[in-house]
Amino acid sequence: MTHPQDQNPAPAPESLPAADHDASDTLLERVRQAAQDNTPLRLVGGDSKGFYGRPVSGETLSLAAHTGIVHYDPVELVVTVRAGTRLADLQAALAHEGQQLAFEPPHFADTATVGGMVACGISGPRRPWAGSVRDFVLGTRLITHDGKRLRFGGEVMKNVAGYDLSRLMVGAQGTLGVIDEVSFKVLPRPAESATLHLEMSRDAAMARLAEWGREPLPITGAAHDGETLHIRLEGGPGSVANTRKRLGGEPDYVDFWRRLRELELPFFSRQYDSRPLWRLSLPHRAPSVPLDGDELIDWAGAQRWWRSDTPAETMRRHAAHAGGHATRIDLDRPHGIETPFTPLSPVLTKYHRRLKAELDPHGIFNPGRLYEGL
Amino acid sequence: MNILFDERLDGTLPTVDKDALLTHLTAHLPGMTLLHREEDLRPFECDGLSAYRVLPMLVALPDTLEQVETLLGICHAQGVPVVTRGAGTGLSGGALPLERGVLLVMSRFSRILDIDPEARTARVQPGVRNLAISEAAAPHGLYYAPDPSSQIACSIGGNVAENAGGVHCLKYGLTVHNVLAVNILTIEGEHITLGSEALDAPGFDLLALFTGSEGMLGVITEITVKLLPKPEVAKVLMASFDDVEKAGKAVGDIIAAGIIPGGLEMMDKLAIQAAEDFVKAGYPVDADAILLCELDGVEDDVHADCETVRGVLEAAGAIDIRLARDDAERATFWAGRKAAFPAVGRMSPDYYCMDGTIPRRELPRVLKGIAELSATHGLRVANVFHAGDGNMHPLILFDANAPGELALAEEVGGKILELCVEVGGSITGEHGVGREKINQMCAQFNPDEITVFHAVKAAFDPRGLLNPGKNIPTLARCAEFGAMHVHQGQLPHPELPRF
Repeated sequence: MTHPQDQNPAPAPESLPAADHDASDTLLERVRQAAQDNTPLRLVGGDSKGFYGRPVSGETLSLAAHTGIVHYDPVELVVTVRAGTRLADLQAALAHEGQQLAFEPPHFADTATVGGMVACGISGPRRPWAGSVRDFVLGTRLITHDGKRLRFGGEVMKNVAGYDLSRLMVGAQGTLGVIDEVSFKVLPRPAESATLHLEMSRDAAMARLAEWGREPLPITGAAHDGETLHIRLEGGPGSVANTRKRLGGEPDYVDFWRRLRELELPFFSRQYDSRPLWRLSLPHRAPSVPLDGDELIDWAGAQRWWRSDTPAETMRRHAAHAGGHATRIDLDRPHGIETPFTPLSPVLTKYHRRLKAELDPHGIFNPGRLYEGL
Repeated sequence: MNILFDERLDGTLPTVDKDALLTHLTAHLPGMTLLHREEDLRPFECDGLSAYRVLPMLVALPDTLEQVETLLGICHAQGVPVVTRGAGTGLSGGALPLERGVLLVMSRFSRILDIDPEARTARVQPGVRNLAISEAAAPHGLYYAPDPSSQIACSIGGNVAENAGGVHCLKYGLTVHNVLAVNILTIEGEHITLGSEALDAPGFDLLALFTGSEGMLGVITEITVKLLPKPEVAKVLMASFDDVEKAGKAVGDIIAAGIIPGGLEMMDKLAIQAAEDFVKAGYPVDADAILLCELDGVEDDVHADCETVRGVLEAAGAIDIRLARDDAERATFWAGRKAAFPAVGRMSPDYYCMDGTIPRRELPRVLKGIAELSATHGLRVANVFHAGDGNMHPLILFDANAPGELALAEEVGGKILELCVEVGGSITGEHGVGREKINQMCAQFNPDEITVFHAVKAAFDPRGLLNPGKNIPTLARCAEFGAMHVHQGQLPHPELPRF
């Protein structure tokens, strides 16, 4: 199996397996103590995504020492990992067996952990075709507010017993409980991958993508930077070669998807552009949003990055009008900003607060990380 | 075993004056169909788990969302339990009525509101049949992927409530992977949209939480699903084995070869014979097991994958491998599998369909355990198996008219599910807990975990008016159920041999 345009970190020959260290008992003790003293905890994995949310004040509870792959059976397509395991270590172990996390999570730093990946729920360029982080979570062990380590979901593909607490944790940023361990569905890496670029306008690109999207083509990446449409094809050698021939264009540089995923393209750089960075999540066919600024389109139109001085309220109003929402991201603020996420409606706020009150009655888990009072 | 609502174990139900409620509802909802006479209620006394029947107090058949909202408002104000029902095809008794509750039937919400081929989405009302979505999308070359075997009749609202699966889950996912957004009405009468036509929404992933929540957290009023382009080509290989274990191993070998089949189904000897007798699919009746492996996608890749899979099957010891020559033969191969349940039904007056999932590597052990249970209890068991994703459907054959046989079948079924939990699996892969598996929940989850489930319920329905008694057992029930507690594969006495 060859990976001529590999976007995942390959296992270094000297790479060691993730250290196997079960720190659950310490974590449980810390949570019990915090619950007893009503001490807020700031949950931290590798501290690579601190910018993605609101600042939390509390005692730091680090998951970083809780590491190791608990169970990996490639034939079952399931891996179970402790939350503090480095994402890179997990990906190296999977790559060794020709498998991967299909949702292509970003790292943002070498220290990124599996628990942080699940808590933040950020998926990479393959997301519209492969699914999101939550789509691949099969089960979790959670540490609850009363210091108990409980299991939800499991290591099987289909499991509808009880409420889906595991998927609820994805994107909740640790506000409902401590993610201790996670089981994922994993998939084979594609046999072949090719990246091409086609020079065309934004609107032409969006029209082509809509057309191609209705056909079973092996597209797994589609981004437009204002001038160029970048396409990734993945699948068997035959389908990739034939589709490449059909779509035309030129071979693209290999590292594009990694740099897009890690927000390392010049577009995201503060040196290149000092205007605020926004992420708009919209229906992929939503018309162009009338904003002043520059746009970089990912997810075939469903994720649109903007550099714009447009006021936050206007930004959010436009996103809502287009059927989605807007997130303000400031990569230079490692502890987050006051209002990153689109405010929830009053009725949704009510149920978020009720759920928070039920699962974290003392308010000790990352209080205020997503929204004030959550 | 009696699974009907038991106030001693399931909590007290409010006492409702039927006549007063009927008068009140009629006054406030003059245009809504409200059934209250026994002969009108009778057709609604059970869902697909027909061994259990309860006459609901009232059946409401609203046509408009305003009616649903008013109905819920009144039931909430007066403390009346509400059981929501779609097409009533569920196999776990999730829509089993309560004699002191209102059955809210959503079947009249049967309009496809919008098919958007550009966006590749369908916006539908909850009573739309699963298959109707794919039929409406077909002219655009699109389809809705989850295909439970009841897809001709089951409603999409019920699919979301149960997180329904089908034969293509390993590659295309369950309902939860194919729904973009749902509108719900809370028991307090609030309209909420969960999810979005965008690929994510701010806040908690309540869409995931509601999917599979069995009508316990809210009433689904509208659903937006994702549509997929139809695969260019699909091929089916049928492999016969003289040993179930070899067939089980072949499943793992196919996946180890880096191939994710669109469908990968296994049937054992009894199921093969039943299906062949019924539909003449050309199955090898002497084989101990067959595998049906469907490979779909782009033509070039499918041809290459077919060759790879053929090689894997040969190496795994298949005694015969046949590639369906054309779509007609492919349909014939599938016809036997799809008719497996009714085919088994012809061999026995009644059958009881189970729905456990296991890690695939445990298949030989679980099949052996099932065979032993079958022998010791004197009931035949046919096995059909969504082999790719480890979802077993043992069919226990019995005669409901023979005294004690239903109870015996349930006992065997319960033990099979406990065996699934023991090997690290789940008591339900796609049928839901409903009322049927309420006791086995106590085997899969410990009291602390069940307490967390109750906390989730309390956030959305603190008075417990939505579908009481389903999905999550009370701690009192688990205490009483008192079965050997097998949890997370940890047996109380692991040193003792079992099965």
